[in-house]
Amino acid sequence: MAAVLESLLREEVSVAAAVRWIARGAQSSEGDAGEAAALSSLRPLRKEFVPFLLNFLREQSSRVVPQGPPTPAKTPGSSAALPGRPGGPPRGGRGARSQLFPPTEPLSAAAEAPAARRGGRRRGPGQARERGGRGPGSLEEGVGGESPLWAGSRRPRAAGSPSRARSDPPNLSNLEEFPPVGSVPPGSAGRTKPSRRINPTPVSEERSLSKPKTCFTSPPINCVPGPQPSVLDSSPWGQGLTAGCRSLQEEREMLRKERSKQLQQSPAPACPTPESGSSLPTRTGNLTAEPADPAKVSSRQRLELVALVYSSCIAENLVPNLFLELFFVLQLLTARRMVAAKSSDLEPSPGVLGSPESPLFQSVHDCVFFAVQVLEHQFQVLSCLDKGTLKLLAENERLLCFSPALQGRLRAAYEGSVAKVSLAMPPAVQAVSFQPETDNRANFSSDRAFHTFKKQRDVFYEVLREWEDRHEEPGWDFEKGLGSRIRAMMGQLSAACSHSHFVRLFQKQLLQMCQSPGGAGGTILGEAPDVLSVLGADKLGRLRRLQERLAAPQSSGGPCPPPSFPGCQAFFRDFILSAGSFQFNQHLMDSLSLKIRELNGFVLPQPEASEEDGEADVDWQGERRQFAVVLLSLRLLAKFLGFVAFLPYRGPEPPPTRELQDSILALRSQVPPVLDVRALLQQGLRAHRAVLTVPWLVEFLSLADHIVPMLDYYRSIFSLLLHLHRSLVLSKDSDGEMCFLNKLLLLAVLGWLFQIPTVPEDLFFVEEGQVDVFEMDTETSEHGLDGVPVVDQHLLYTCCPYIGELRKLLAVWVSGSSGRSGGFVRKITPTTTTSLGAPPLRTTQGLQAQLAQAFFHNQPPSLRRTVEFVAERIGSNCVKHIKATLVADLVHQAESLLQEQLVTQRQEGGDPGQLLEILCSQLCPHGAQALTQGREFCQKKSPGAVRALLPEETPAAVLSSAENIAVGLAIEKACTWLSANITALIRREVKAAVSRVLRAQGPEPAARGCRRGCSRAFADQIPVLGPPAQHQLERGQARRLLHTLLSLWKDDFQVPVPLQLLLSPRNVGLLADTRPREWDLLLFLLRELVEKGLMGRKEIEACLDSLREAQWPEDFAEELATLFNLFLAEPQVPEPQLRACELVQPNRGTVLAQS
Amino acid sequence: MILTKAQYDEIAQCLVSVPPTRQSLRKLKQRFPSQSQATLLSIFSQEYQKHIKRTHAKHHTSEAIESYYQRYLHGVGKNGAAPVLLELANEVDYAPSLMARIILERFLQEHEETPPSKSVINSLLRDPSQIPDGVLANQVYQCTVNDCCYGPLVDCIKHAIGHEHEILLRDLLLEKNLSFLDEDQLRAKGYDKTPDFILQVPVAVEGHIIHWIESKASFGDECSHHAYLHDQFWSYWNRFGPGLVIYWYGFIQELDCNRERGILLKACFPTDIVTLGHGAAAP
Repeated sequence: MAAVLESLLREEVSVAAAVRWIARGAQSSEGDAGEAAALSSLRPLRKEFVPFLLNFLREQSSRVVPQGPPTPAKTPGSSAALPGRPGGPPRGGRGARSQLFPPTEPLSAAAEAPAARRGGRRRGPGQARERGGRGPGSLEEGVGGESPLWAGSRRPRAAGSPSRARSDPPNLSNLEEFPPVGSVPPGSAGRTKPSRRINPTPVSEERSLSKPKTCFTSPPINCVPGPQPSVLDSSPWGQGLTAGCRSLQEEREMLRKERSKQLQQSPAPACPTPESGSSLPTRTGNLTAEPADPAKVSSRQRLELVALVYSSCIAENLVPNLFLELFFVLQLLTARRMVAAKSSDLEPSPGVLGSPESPLFQSVHDCVFFAVQVLEHQFQVLSCLDKGTLKLLAENERLLCFSPALQGRLRAAYEGSVAKVSLAMPPAVQAVSFQPETDNRANFSSDRAFHTFKKQRDVFYEVLREWEDRHEEPGWDFEKGLGSRIRAMMGQLSAACSHSHFVRLFQKQLLQMCQSPGGAGGTILGEAPDVLSVLGADKLGRLRRLQERLAAPQSSGGPCPPPSFPGCQAFFRDFILSAGSFQFNQHLMDSLSLKIRELNGFVLPQPEASEEDGEADVDWQGERRQFAVVLLSLRLLAKFLGFVAFLPYRGPEPPPTRELQDSILALRSQVPPVLDVRALLQQGLRAHRAVLTVPWLVEFLSLADHIVPMLDYYRSIFSLLLHLHRSLVLSKDSDGEMCFLNKLLLLAVLGWLFQIPTVPEDLFFVEEGQVDVFEMDTETSEHGLDGVPVVDQHLLYTCCPYIGELRKLLAVWVSGSSGRSGGFVRKITPTTTTSLGAPPLRTTQGLQAQLAQAFFHNQPPSLRRTVEFVAERIGSNCVKHIKATLVADLVHQAESLLQEQLVTQRQEGGDPGQLLEILCSQLCPHGAQALTQGREFCQKKSPGAVRALLPEETPAAVLSSAENIAVGLAIEKACTWLSANITALIRREVKAAVSRVLRAQGPEPAARGCRRGCSRAFADQIPVLGPPAQHQLERGQARRLLHTLLSLWKDDFQVPVPLQLLLSPRNVGLLADTRPREWDLLLFLLRELVEKGLMGRKEIEACLDSLREAQWPEDFAEELATLFNLFLAEPQVPEPQLRACELVQPNRGTVLAQS
Repeated sequence: MILTKAQYDEIAQCLVSVPPTRQSLRKLKQRFPSQSQATLLSIFSQEYQKHIKRTHAKHHTSEAIESYYQRYLHGVGKNGAAPVLLELANEVDYAPSLMARIILERFLQEHEETPPSKSVINSLLRDPSQIPDGVLANQVYQCTVNDCCYGPLVDCIKHAIGHEHEILLRDLLLEKNLSFLDEDQLRAKGYDKTPDFILQVPVAVEGHIIHWIESKASFGDECSHHAYLHDQFWSYWNRFGPGLVIYWYGFIQELDCNRERGILLKACFPTDIVTLGHGAAAP
C-alpha cells in the first residue's frame, strides 16, 4: 500500500487511476497502460489500501493536540502494515508496503524519549485509571445516562453519582469497549479479540508521571474521554511479530497491571483520581492554540497529493464512515498544537518528495493545510450541514487564512441556508386513548380479563409516571423501584388475548412518546410557533442555543455513538427487561413486525399529473412531513424489534473460540429471522425505496449480537448494504438517481452501522467479489421514493444527531480561542425565569392548535383521517379553482390590455419584455384577492365534504368541530401555497398570454404557415453550422434528414417555400468549407426537388447559373461546374405542370379535413 | 374556599379539641368567619371521619362490644325512653350511628340463630321500625338522626348533595354550549372507567386542555384527594387524557400540583374557557 502512495508521489500513477484501482480494481481499459502495470503488480494489496490510508493519517496526526476526542477508526487491524515501527527494517512481504513513510520518528527518538510519542491515540494511565475506576456499574451507562444493557443482564446503575456519569459519558469513539468491559473481569488476559485500534502506541511506566499535555485532550464542554486503550485487547498478530509489536505486548501487560492495581486501590468507582485532576487544565481548554500560517506549510505537494487521494476515497465511499472522516479533518483543522518531537523531526525538509521519511504532518500548519485541502473537496457535503455548522466553518479564521475561496463559498452557503435544525419540544406524555371499539368488554373473553386489563392499564401508567418523576434522581434504579410491580402486573396477563391488548397499548404508547429523540414525532417537525410568538425570534435563538448547550453533554457521544435508548425510550427498554416475560416479548415482536411491514409499505401520494409544474408542491410540505413521521416511527419500531429479537443472544463479546463459534453458528443459522428483513431490503432496493427501508433496517441491525453478522442470512444483508453504500456516490447526480440528501442520510446511517461494535471490523473492506450483485429495476425507478427529495436537513439531523458533533467540535474551537474570534458561541444568559421544561406557552394560536390536536385524541382514528383527507383535497382544489377563475380573469384582462397597448403603439412595435412588466405591475396586485377567495372557497366547500364522509350518527358538536378544523387546515394549505406562489403564477400565465397575442399579431407568414410541431420534428437534428464543424452528420443521417425536409416542404407547408434561397451563393458557399465536400448530397437534393415537384428544372438551372457568377475558390468552382454538368446531363423528366407552392393549395384542404 | 395548607391545618387543629356536635360547628364558624359553612362542615366531617377511623379498632374489640352492650341493657332497663345509646356513644367518643350498629349486631346475634348479614343490618339501620325490639328501634333511631357524620341519613344527604352538584354542572355545561357524554352514556358504550362528564370536544381551562370533568361535592383534603387520584383521576387520565376536577367545597391549594400533568383542580365552574375555533368564552 505504501508502494501505491509512493508511486503516486513519484507521479508514476495519477490519482484518478489510483482511486479507480482502489474502487474497482480497474484494469488497463480505463487508464493508461503504464499506470495499470504499475498498479497491477500490487493487486493483492488493493483492498488493504484504504484501511492503510486511514490508519496512516491517524498515525501521522498522533502528535497533534486536537479539539475533541481522537477520531475512532474502525478498520481491520493493520498494525502489520503500519509504517515501520521502532522495529527497524521492514520484514517479509509486509515490508514493501510499509515503506513509503517509514518510521515516523527516528528509532532513537522512540527509544530514548518514549514519552514524547505517547500522545498517540492511547490515553495515558491517568485517563485509563479514570475510566477503569468507573467500575462495571457505570460503564454501561450509555450516552446521556442511558443504560443500554447491552449485555442483556441487568447491572446495578451508577453505583456512584450518575451526574458524573453524565458529564463523562463512557466513550464516544471507543466502540469496541462498549459494552464489554463492564462485564469482563479485569485482568482477564489473553483474549483473542482482534484489536480495532490501529496504531498501538508505546507506553511505559514513566507515562504516569509525564505531563498530561501530551495526551489528547477532551473537549472542554463535555469532557468526553477519548478512546480508551483497549487494555484487554491483544492483537491476533500478537506473537512473533516485530520487536515493536512485542514491546507493545509488554506495555499492554503493564497497563493491565496498572489497572488492576488501581481497581484495588480505589474501589469507589466514581472518585476521580489525582492524576485525572491534574489533567483538568488541559481539558478545560487552557491550552492555547498555535497560530497556523500557510507560509509555513512544510511539504505542500505531498500534502496536496495525499489530500487528493484521501478525498477521492471519501468521494467514492471507500471509507466506512463519511462523517467520521469529516470529524477527523475538522480535528486537524482545529488542532491546538503539535507535541514537540525531536528537534531533528521539526526541521523542515526542503526536498519534499525526496524525503518521504519525514512525517506527513510536521506542524500545525501542515495539519490545517491538509484539512482545508480535504474540505475543499468536500464542499458539497459541507454545504448541506446545518446553519450553525456552516457559520462556524465560515467564521473559522484558519480556514479563511488557508482558503479564502472556500471560506467565501461556505459563507454563501451559510447565507443561502434556510433550513435549520429546529428546537425540539420536550415530549408531552399523553396516554393512549380508550377506544370502545377495541377496548370495551366485548373485546375480552371474560369479565375477569376485562377488569384485569383495566387494572393493568392503570398500573402501566402509574409506573410510567413514577419513572418520569424519579428516573433522574440520583440512586434511583428502575428495577429496584418498579421491577416487582411490573412483574406482578405481567403475571396477571394470562390469556393470550390480554397479552395482545397490553402489547397494543405498549406499542402505541411507545410511538406516542418517542417517535423522535427529542420530541413527540410529528409535532416537532412543524415549526414551534408558540415559543417563537412569545419569546420573539431573537430570544428564540438564545433559547435554542441555551437548550442546545444544556442538552449537549447528553445528546450524543461523539461522531459514532453506540446505539442507545435516549429519553423515554429507556423506559420502554427497561420495562421489557424488568418484565422478563417470554409471552410479552413474543407478542411484542409479532406486533412490531406487523407494524413495520405496514409502515414500510408507505406510499407517498403521487403528485397529480398536472399540466403545469408548480401545482404539485401544494401537497409537498405535508408529504415530506408524512414521510418523516413514517420513517421515524419505523426506526423506533425496528430498534425495539431488534432489541427484543436479539435479547436472548446478546452477550458482551464474541464467542472465545472458533469451535464454540461454529457450534453457535450451526444453532443460530436454523432459526428463522423474526422478520424477513432481507426480503424487505431487496424489495426496497428494487423499488427504489432504500431511503425508507435502509434507515430502519440499520436501527434493527445495530442491536444485533456478535453472531448475527456471521450468519449467512444477515451476511447477505450486509453485502447488499455495502454494495448500496458504495453506489451512493454523492457527486453523481444523474436522472433517476437518488436525491442528494437522501443519499447523505443513507451514507450517515450506514457509516454509523459499520462502526457498531458487533459489526466485524473487516466487513467493510471485503473484496467486492463476495458482494452479491443486486439489480436495480429501472422500470419502477420513477415511482420510487429515492428520487423524491423526501429527506430534509431536519430529518437528517434527527436521524443522525451525531452529525452535530462537527458543530460541537468547531464551537469548542471558538470557545477555546474566544479572545481572537468574534465569539459566535457567547455566554448565554437565560432571559426568562420559566424553566425549559415548562409546557408550551399559551398563546391563542398555540392553544387553538393544541385544542385541535386534543380534539382527535378521544375520537376514533378514522375521524382524523377523514378531516385530513378533506383538508388536503379541498386545499388542492382551491388552488385549481383560483387558477381557473381569478387567474384566468386576470389573463383575459391582460389580453385586452395588451390589445390596447398594441393599438396605441402599433408602429413602435414595443418590446415584449417591457410590455410584460407593465402588465404584471398592473395585474399582480390583484393576486392578493386569491387569499380572500381561497379562504371563501375552503369555508364553503370543506364542511359539506366532512359531513358527507363522517357517520350519520356523529354528534353535532363533534361534527362542527371537525368541519372547523378541516376548514382551517384547508385554508392553511391553500393560502400557504397561494401567498408564496400567486404572483409567480400570474406572471407565468400573463407571459404566456402575451407571447400568444404577439404571435397571433406577428408578421412572419412563414412562421404562421408552418404547422405546429414541425419545428419539433427536426430542429434539434439540424447540425449547428459554424466554425467548428464538429457536428458533421454521417451520410445516412444526412440523407434521412433531407428526406424529412423534402417531405415537410412538399406535404406540410401551406404557403410557398422560398426554396430558391437554398441555392443562394451564401448557402452553397457553406459547402466550400466542409471536407470532404458532399456533392452527391447536393445532387441528390436537386434531383429530389425536381422529382417532388418542389422546384422546376428550369428554376434550378437559373439558380445554378447565377452561382457561376459568384466568386469561389478555384477548386470549388471547378467542382461546382462538374456538378452542374452532371445535373444537366441527367435525362429530362417531364416538367411538372405546377410549382410546389401552387400544389400546396389542394393539400391544405385534406390536411384540414384530416385534422 | 381554596385554602392553603397552613390555613387548613389551623382549622383541622382546632377540630381536634372539640366534640363532634352542632355546637362545635357553630363555634368553628365563629372562629373562621371567612370560610363558608359548607366548607367548614365538609372539613369537619372529614376530620371526624379520620378520627373515627383511627379509633375504630378499639371500639370493636369483643370486650368493648360486650361492655357497651351490657351498659345499653342496663340503661334501657332503667329508662327505655332515655337516649341511652346516644349518650353512651358521646361518652366513649364514637359515632352514634356506628354505636347503634355495634349494639344492633350484638342484639341480633343473641336473638337470631344465624349471624345477621350486612345488608340486613343496613336495612334495619335505615328503617329502625323493622327492628323486632321496640326499645332498641327507638334507641337506634335517636342515634341515626343525631349523628351528623355517619349513618343512613347522612349518606343520603351526601348522595343528594353530590347528585345536585352533578346536575348543577350539567346545567352549566349546557349553558356554555359544551357538549358531553355523561356517566350513564359512557357505561352504555362499555367504558371501563367513567368520569362524570367527558367533553365531546375538548376545551382549554386556564390554558390547560381538558377532556373530562369530575364533580366532587366535598372539600379536597390530602387524604381524600390522594384516594381519588389513585382510584379515579389518574385512571381517567390514562384513558381520556387531561381533565378537570371541581371540588365544590374547596380544596387545599398545594394539591393542585398536577396541572402540567393533566389534572386540574377548581373550586367552581371555570370562567376562563377557550373552545376550539373561538376565543375565550364570556364568563
